[in-house]
Amino acid sequence: MSDADLLFKALADPGRRKLLDRLHAHDGQTLTELCRHLDMTRQGVTQHLAVLEAANLVAVERRGREKLHFLNPVPLQEIYDRWIYKFERPRLKALRDLKRRLEVGGTD
Amino acid sequence: MRTAPRSSFIYVSFIRTTPEKVWEALTDPKFIRQYWFGSTVECSWKKGSPWKLLGADGGLTDSGEILEIDPPRRMVIRWQNEWKAELKAEGPGRCTIVLEPAGHAVKLTITHEIDRPNSKLITAVSGGWPAVISNLKSLLESGAPVITEWAH
Repeated sequence: MSDADLLFKALADPGRRKLLDRLHAHDGQTLTELCRHLDMTRQGVTQHLAVLEAANLVAVERRGREKLHFLNPVPLQEIYDRWIYKFERPRLKALRDLKRRLEVGGTD
Repeated sequence: MRTAPRSSFIYVSFIRTTPEKVWEALTDPKFIRQYWFGSTVECSWKKGSPWKLLGADGGLTDSGEILEIDPPRRMVIRWQNEWKAELKAEGPGRCTIVLEPAGHAVKLTITHEIDRPNSKLITAVSGGWPAVISNLKSLLESGAPVITEWAH
């Protein structure tokens, strides 16, 4: 499975997306903290975190005795670059050209 | 029991190249300009060296000092915002860059943190780092950054 496949498969599950939202709201949570506010078993959360980590969406850092989970936004940026930005570019350019024309005073 | 409150972001990217090439891209101004939206860095890359990040217009955006450096594995930069009063007032944070071999790739981990909760500085840099890292990865893997204009 390619990196892109791993990434999209990780994002395809609603439970995993919920975990990402939780980390986005409060980053650096332990497994126990994440289980507290989610309607999932501890084992379910553990499995989801493993998939997210394999897709590089979650980074883990040991601090003392604790294992903290952080949202890694870089792969999401890479999805944006690959699947959104390049499709948006002509539209963004058109908007920028329009803005420039309006600001300069209408000369083409 | 958690240690002192802090804000931090971690960014991880796996880049298909060598640690030496990533290190070069992180420390050579002619590379930095290509993936960092025209910004450049002034630094002599030794422990204690002053460090400056300059925007595309030449203005000083951030300043600091190299706290630790171990090429091509790790560096820690004291990072102080200069261009926005609210962020500057928070004082310096710390940016740790670690390169680890990972098969045919390099695992680049950038941790940006400050010893205060709910940091606006950390939130602000979190808007920039993902795009910079994604551009760096693209530059090293395919020879071209993805995004050349800062559209945010």
